[in-house]
Amino acid sequence: MDVMPKWAEVVLVPLISLLLAALISALVILAIGEDPIAAVKLMVTGALGSTYGWGYTLYYATNFMFTGLAVAIAFHARLFNIGGEGQAMLGGLGVAIACLYIPWPHWSLALIGAAFMAGLLGAIWAAIPAWLQAKRGSHIVITTIMFNFIAAALLNYVLVNLMRPKGQMDPATARFPDAVHLPTLHDLLSPLGIAFSKAAPANVSLLVAVAACFGLWLLIWRSRLGYEIRAYGHSESAAKYAGISPVKITMIAMIISGALAGMMAINNVMGEAERLVLNSTEGAGFIGIAVALMGRSHPLGVFISAILFGFLYQGGAELALWTSIPRELIVVIQALVILFTGALDNMVRMPLEKVFLALRKRKAAGPAT
Amino acid sequence: MTNNTTQERQETAAPTAAPAIELKGISKAFGPVQANKDISIRVMPGTIHGIIGENGAGKSTLMSILYGFYKADKGEIWIDGKKTEIPDSQAAIAAGIGMVFQHFKLVENFTVLENIILGAEGGRMLRPSLAKARATLIELANDYGLNVDPDALVEDIGVGMQQRVEILKALYRQADILILDEPTGVLTPAEADQLFRILGRLRSEGKTIILITHKLREIMDITDTVSVMRRGEMTATVKTADTSPPELAELMVGRKVLLRVDKKPAIPGDVILDIQGLRVVDDNGVERLRGIDLQVRAGEIVGIAGVAGNGQSELLEVLGGYANGIGTILLKGQPLELAGKHADGQSRRAHGIAHVPEDRQREGLIMEFQAWENTAFGYHHDTDYRSGILMNNAAIRADTAEKMARFDVRPPNPRLAAKNFSGGNQQKIVLAREIERNPDLLLVGQPTRGVDIGAIEFIHQQIVALRDQGKAILLVSVELEEILALSDRIAVMFDGQIMGERAADQTDEKELGLLMAGITDTDHPHSIAEIEANLAHAHGDAHKEV
Repeated sequence: MDVMPKWAEVVLVPLISLLLAALISALVILAIGEDPIAAVKLMVTGALGSTYGWGYTLYYATNFMFTGLAVAIAFHARLFNIGGEGQAMLGGLGVAIACLYIPWPHWSLALIGAAFMAGLLGAIWAAIPAWLQAKRGSHIVITTIMFNFIAAALLNYVLVNLMRPKGQMDPATARFPDAVHLPTLHDLLSPLGIAFSKAAPANVSLLVAVAACFGLWLLIWRSRLGYEIRAYGHSESAAKYAGISPVKITMIAMIISGALAGMMAINNVMGEAERLVLNSTEGAGFIGIAVALMGRSHPLGVFISAILFGFLYQGGAELALWTSIPRELIVVIQALVILFTGALDNMVRMPLEKVFLALRKRKAAGPAT
Repeated sequence: MTNNTTQERQETAAPTAAPAIELKGISKAFGPVQANKDISIRVMPGTIHGIIGENGAGKSTLMSILYGFYKADKGEIWIDGKKTEIPDSQAAIAAGIGMVFQHFKLVENFTVLENIILGAEGGRMLRPSLAKARATLIELANDYGLNVDPDALVEDIGVGMQQRVEILKALYRQADILILDEPTGVLTPAEADQLFRILGRLRSEGKTIILITHKLREIMDITDTVSVMRRGEMTATVKTADTSPPELAELMVGRKVLLRVDKKPAIPGDVILDIQGLRVVDDNGVERLRGIDLQVRAGEIVGIAGVAGNGQSELLEVLGGYANGIGTILLKGQPLELAGKHADGQSRRAHGIAHVPEDRQREGLIMEFQAWENTAFGYHHDTDYRSGILMNNAAIRADTAEKMARFDVRPPNPRLAAKNFSGGNQQKIVLAREIERNPDLLLVGQPTRGVDIGAIEFIHQQIVALRDQGKAILLVSVELEEILALSDRIAVMFDGQIMGERAADQTDEKELGLLMAGITDTDHPHSIAEIEANLAHAHGDAHKEV
């Protein structure tokens, strides 16, 4: 039997890990001569204290949901897709092509078209390393990392030489037409009588991301394909015995993964920047790895940890703005969160298991004797 | 040097007649599992003490504590009448304990001599210690009848000889107490006899031997005293002469067990499986199967005997659809595809082949999956398990609960992960899944490996019952007793070939043992040297993975 009840496994362990990470972060902030309590207050008010703050937190969270889901689905097939960054860049290209070259009558159709293009290009970008892994045995960690660099170079070339409007100095596409402007949370919520900040970038993509979380949950835990992906991820030898093709699963899992990473672009490129710039992804592809780790590759976990990382991102930006705590320290805090929730999982788990064991023994000892 | 210390130790031990090993109240828990519970044994010097028990009874844990791999939660270890702390294996070696593991710990591309001094080089330069080791080795080999070629590469010698190298390693480190963990698992019967002769010799030279095994026959053949373990507890320690196999089996399981399989004579029908000239070449270009011809008829069990690694696994893999083969396999007259897109488990199942694979933990089950998910494994495209594009989890769970009840899986909880069931119950889950498909042909690999005696009985009954329904069954097992008990016809594999077929009621272990060593001339006696030469010859190319 499992030692811990499920709620402890799912809630208690990450919660304690988070508290430990927060504690050490506080010590670091103390060490550089700032007040950790004030810092926390600032982060919370900055990220969650206003609809403006929430708007940014949710905007970042949307990015992280897409990339986190992308990493999570690959994890289920025991594939470590580090290429979310590159796949999201290609997704940006897809969005730009869809938005600039097709005259969309309405934003909703544009969203579908752009999401399709973004997913397609992201999927293609993931499919090449997947094919190399499945057929040639090239390790996917290496190839996806390489493909991040290739994506950056490719985007640079495309933006500088092909898509940059004549006379414009910076390597970016032209602004997307107004018809493809996605409604922000302000636009969506004001008809319902809820006032939401006009300036915040969170937009309708958030709903797409949430839908993607649900869709992926359905895929992983309810569909035959998800069953095959999980089976392959747990045991390749058993998958072969059952007649599950390793090549097929590797390709499909990575294609879904790449498509999800690519679809992040409907948020940051279409929803926020409304044009494609260099480095539009801002590392969200990598944060996705941490999000998936912390969310234990479960779509609900990814959803929650994406919001947490959105909070850390936005709160961190506030800290950098209002205190002398440097922006880099936010990265330290994020790293601590990753370290404790991902890598040092057993450090919390083992003692906790002992506690539960002792409790159970005491309970068992009573009626038995 | 070597002999001096050995003798000193014996002299101090002899007059007091203190036990060579005494364990007092050893307890060890892993999380919620109490692996050893208050275990005490005394082993007198110059005796062979057997420890018998089912898988998971705690035998290996106990020996690991004695050898310093684990630290006991409670209890004391006394060696030669002195309380001894054994925090690590170095301390165990210093206390005169040597261990021969089930899976040998030898460097394949080192010579025998290099393996023996490994970790006991005793100096910065290799040459002088090698010369010294050679002298000691020859001496030891003569004293105990452990002949090995010091300059042979380990990868070139047979399993039996590799085991002798392991024993020599322990003796070279001046072990007076030898622990052997399931030593006959990989040996042919003749090699096992040879091993027992060596153990007898070691005993007469005053060494103390602990033999861990699950085979009752070995206990009866060689030990002086035997301890029985069940669920982490020592249930009895008796003189071997005063006990019997049924009594030991009962002590192991906790109830009376039927040691023989009850079955009626087979009534073979049409040919179901017809293998013609099957060859398999592995990724390294080594020919693993070299022209197999075999037929299995409806209503009969054909057993494949052989030492592990002689091509039996490859045969099952090709039949199961996850390795490529060359040749012809007909199932009810229809050719099976042996390579390409349709040579996979799905299409084999569609043909009516069910497969209980050799390694249930690596192949038959996903250990992290719950029982119900494992029940659908391989059959997850079945229409009964489907609702639209999604899986019908409720239907699978209900089906699993029924199967668990019929196959007496304990605990009967479909939501428990496979890894939380005992070996026997895991095997029952696989068996239930495969047998209840009502296949034309059932492939069964090592059906009772790591399975407790009580479950063995049940599993054997299920296989025989399927035969009596007129199904064809191909059984692969390295346990000769199991092959003899279950099969109607026996084919012996050696080095990727079938050395011969025998009717089960017209052969015996001795004849099969010779065939397993690649000797087809079974009417005349053969020396152990001849058998070993034959085995070593085969090991050079095909026999690696053991």
